[in-house]
Amino acid sequence: MFIRVNTDKCTGCETCLQSCPYDAIIMKDGKAEITELCQLCRACLNVCPEGAISEVREEGAPGKEKGQGKGVWVFAEQRDGRIADVSFELLGAGRRLADILGAELSAVLFGSSEDGADELIKWGADKIYHCPDEILGVFNDEPYAQLLSDLIQEHKPEIVLAGATPVGRSFIPRVAARLNTGLTADCTSLDIDRETGHLLQVRPAFGGNIMATILCPLTRPQMATVRPRVMKRGVYDPDRKGEVIRISDRKISSRTSVKDTVKEASDLALNLQEANIIVAGGRGAGGEKGFALLYELAEALGASVAASRAAVDEGWIAYRHQVGQTGKTVGPKLYIACGISGAVQHLVGMQSSDIIVAINKNPEAPIFNVATYGIVGDLFEILPIFIRKVREAKGL
Amino acid sequence: MKIVVCIKQVPDTAEVRINPETNTLVRDGVASIINPYDMHALEAGLQMREAAGAGTVTALTMGPPQAENALREAVSMGIDEGVLLTDRAFAGSDTWATAYTLAKAIEHIGADIIICGKQAIDGDTAQVGPEIAEFLQIPHVAYVRKIDSLKDGSIIVQRLMDDGYDIVESSLPVLLTVVRELNVPRMPSLKGKMAAKKAVIRQMKASDLKADVNSLGLQGSPTQVRNIFAPEAKKDRKMLEGSSEEKVDQLLKELAGLKCL
Ligand SMILES: Cc1cc2nc3c(=O)[nH]c(=O)nc-3n(C[C@H](O)[C@H](O)[C@H](O)COP(=O)(O)OP(=O)(O)OC[C@H]3O[C@@H](n4cnc5c(N)ncnc54)[C@H](O)[C@@H]3O)c2cc1C
Ligand SMILES: Nc1ncnc2c1ncn2[C@@H]1O[C@H](COP(=O)(O)O)[C@@H](O)[C@H]1O
Repeated sequence: MFIRVNTDKCTGCETCLQSCPYDAIIMKDGKAEITELCQLCRACLNVCPEGAISEVREEGAPGKEKGQGKGVWVFAEQRDGRIADVSFELLGAGRRLADILGAELSAVLFGSSEDGADELIKWGADKIYHCPDEILGVFNDEPYAQLLSDLIQEHKPEIVLAGATPVGRSFIPRVAARLNTGLTADCTSLDIDRETGHLLQVRPAFGGNIMATILCPLTRPQMATVRPRVMKRGVYDPDRKGEVIRISDRKISSRTSVKDTVKEASDLALNLQEANIIVAGGRGAGGEKGFALLYELAEALGASVAASRAAVDEGWIAYRHQVGQTGKTVGPKLYIACGISGAVQHLVGMQSSDIIVAINKNPEAPIFNVATYGIVGDLFEILPIFIRKVREAKGL
Repeated sequence: MKIVVCIKQVPDTAEVRINPETNTLVRDGVASIINPYDMHALEAGLQMREAAGAGTVTALTMGPPQAENALREAVSMGIDEGVLLTDRAFAGSDTWATAYTLAKAIEHIGADIIICGKQAIDGDTAQVGPEIAEFLQIPHVAYVRKIDSLKDGSIIVQRLMDDGYDIVESSLPVLLTVVRELNVPRMPSLKGKMAAKKAVIRQMKASDLKADVNSLGLQGSPTQVRNIFAPEAKKDRKMLEGSSEEKVDQLLKELAGLKCL
């Protein structure tokens, strides 16, 4: 894309000169001219009284140019023949974006098993690009990055979404680098700017203390990753039909190879993500005594126990229980936060819970901003009552 | 063997707070540290050099002039050389432009192994490492939690995954991004601290790189920050009132009504 002055229309009034923050417009032979200082910020576009300044979009131009983007794509991650849950969540978000844009929603599926393609369609996809090539059966960055980049270049989607899983976070950046386009990590919400059609990508910034809206205005596709459990699934329609496009025998190679895969309950995977109810404690729990109360409540409720980073750093509970930006993202039906202040880094890990109960003695604590029910009080007083009453109700 | 470790100087974000009135960040008095994951990257580089009994470890950082302190700290741990990429032309780089610039510098320095932290704690994107590898057109392995072997132009490492780990072999040159489990970073020795004081830090500017100027800094960054804002409160929030007993009673009633329990 570039900005052009129509010299036939330009009257040399110089109105546009002040509009440019980069001093990129000069007067030459009585006409405005855009110099190489232009940053394509578009500030000059609407200031010309004669309408002589316009943006010109080139088709198929190389490098960092806006392509003729069409449609929204979701990378549907598959490991051991099972599609990762985050893929269905991305379809929920992607469906919404595609509907706003009046565009198609497609999913890209790598690996021999095609069983999942149908499910992806029922969860909202119109089209599936499925590549069963053997080299994609196990995850290696180079073949994944190469094939996805090739497909994007062939079909030119406007938006590409992927899960911020170990797989997505590892190879999607390579795709963005190869395509010379922007990538926004760990988005917590996605929307379309109704005026410009740009993707609005919201993510925590500055260590998570604040949220930022990120744009990728000039290059395509606009790419974003989203953590598991942040977006909600869309509507499941068992009768939904779509098209599966098979892609095979691509020339792809890899300089890395997976020798072995070892399954182990690592710190990254604890059943927290499947829990319906989570009781979480922070620094306000004060130590092991406080956590003992949390465990008692959890037991009475049939819940799992989670923690803020402060509590983990204090050594009161193991890292695998940590919820938040550098821990797990959870989305239970009920999340009970006890003695947690509600730093953004914690919030991004639990905000999508259906119901949030906050117990905190400081009425100003930011956790109350996201709470469905707030109790201002000392957890050492509230929790024993809570435990007693739950036990009574359940006849324990 | 030439090892380049990319380190970033970051504000100790655990200390960054928001001024609730002005909605701006309070960064005064917040200390700068080497990104914690990059400490593990440095340690990994030093261990590889020691195991091989030969080679050099270069630490590379892109940042403002004061990022030199991070490189001196790395010297105190025992690296051979620090390179500081500093130029106003680099200001405002997003991950794409950062990775592009670092890749150009690494081409200049030369490397068999490049090590990055898994992510930087100020941005938490985890994108720069894999993007550097793509710009250099070399393979990478992310989330490395153990180095199993390194010899004859190939390396075998363990890559942390959600459900365990993969054992991955790669040819050299390669880029690794590392997690905390990999090692325990060493403390600087007394000798190291002396060396750090005297060390000459090599500086590189945009003109020292064979780089496309349009791909640097703010101008070269495909992404832009449109605005920043503080997270908002939920609209349907209910604060429960009364004595502690009453509050818990109300809560249980609400939850029962929602069939939560
Ligand atoms: C890059 C980065 C990543 C991070 N990642 C995470 C992450 O993944 N997860 C995470 O949780 N944090 C993370 N943090 C840390 C985060 O910024 C906060 O420091 C942390 O969440 C605070 O934990 P807390 O709420 O338990 O402690 P505090 O902020 O100290 O809050 C304790 C709260 O307990 C209340 N309280 C005290 N006593 C009682 C009592 N008796 N009864 C009731 N209430 C009481 C207090 O009023 C206070 O609100 C990260 C930070 C950074 C910079
Ligand atoms: N400005 C920089 N200078 C040197 N290395 C960097 C810089 N930014 C990022 N890195 C490296 O890339 C890793 C990931 O950073 P990020 O993608 O920002 O989370 C860090 O751990 C560093 O190793």
